[in-house]
Amino acid sequence: MQVRVQNVAFDFAQEAKNFASSVQDCGALVTFTGIVRNNDAGDLLALEIEHYPVMTQSALENIAGQAMEKWSLVDCLIIHRFGRLALGEPIMMVATAAPHRAAAFASADFMMDYLKSRAPFWKKEVTDAGAEWVAAKDSDEQALSRW
Amino acid sequence: MQILYFAWLRERIGLAEETVASSAETVQDLVSELRAKDPRYEAAFADTSSLRVALDQRLAHFGDPIAGVREVAFFPPMTGG
Repeated sequence: MQVRVQNVAFDFAQEAKNFASSVQDCGALVTFTGIVRNNDAGDLLALEIEHYPVMTQSALENIAGQAMEKWSLVDCLIIHRFGRLALGEPIMMVATAAPHRAAAFASADFMMDYLKSRAPFWKKEVTDAGAEWVAAKDSDEQALSRW
Repeated sequence: MQILYFAWLRERIGLAEETVASSAETVQDLVSELRAKDPRYEAAFADTSSLRVALDQRLAHFGDPIAGVREVAFFPPMTGG
């Protein structure tokens, strides 16, 4: 289980390759990466991500640990960035390795749902008009009831 | 105890953290003490249903006891991922 919280950008392809070469005996490997996308008005300059440094690492390890146990994963990876991110930059990624695809897909989906509303990050959208905190969606909270 | 504020709560209160001497038994009691301090706190904590709390870096509830807790963090619902 690998968890990294960092400001610097990461290379998704390289991280996926490293993860793949670090696992053995897995028939399925799923990766997901989240990218900074434009807002509805199309005027996003950057995304600023605040976090709670002392808590973040343990919160992510808790999420990864739950996924490892629930789906008996071979391994899993979470990378999540903080700080100022430009449009098109990667924000975070998860990777899961399991004997079969159902567990690999489901555990990646589970980790994404938990990262949305149980990891201490807060996003702020920066535009020419100023900066606004992104509001949490009710649907993100409801998504947790799936698990 | 140490109290931390994040995101818009930090901005509205105008502080990232502070040390507070409190006799509060629960998180809710602590919120009442904070609200009495200053109109900024009163406004920021007007609706605790839109806030979350962590006690010593673990997510908790507003009714939870805070005896022995060293760090209380208040923040809006998280928006990670």
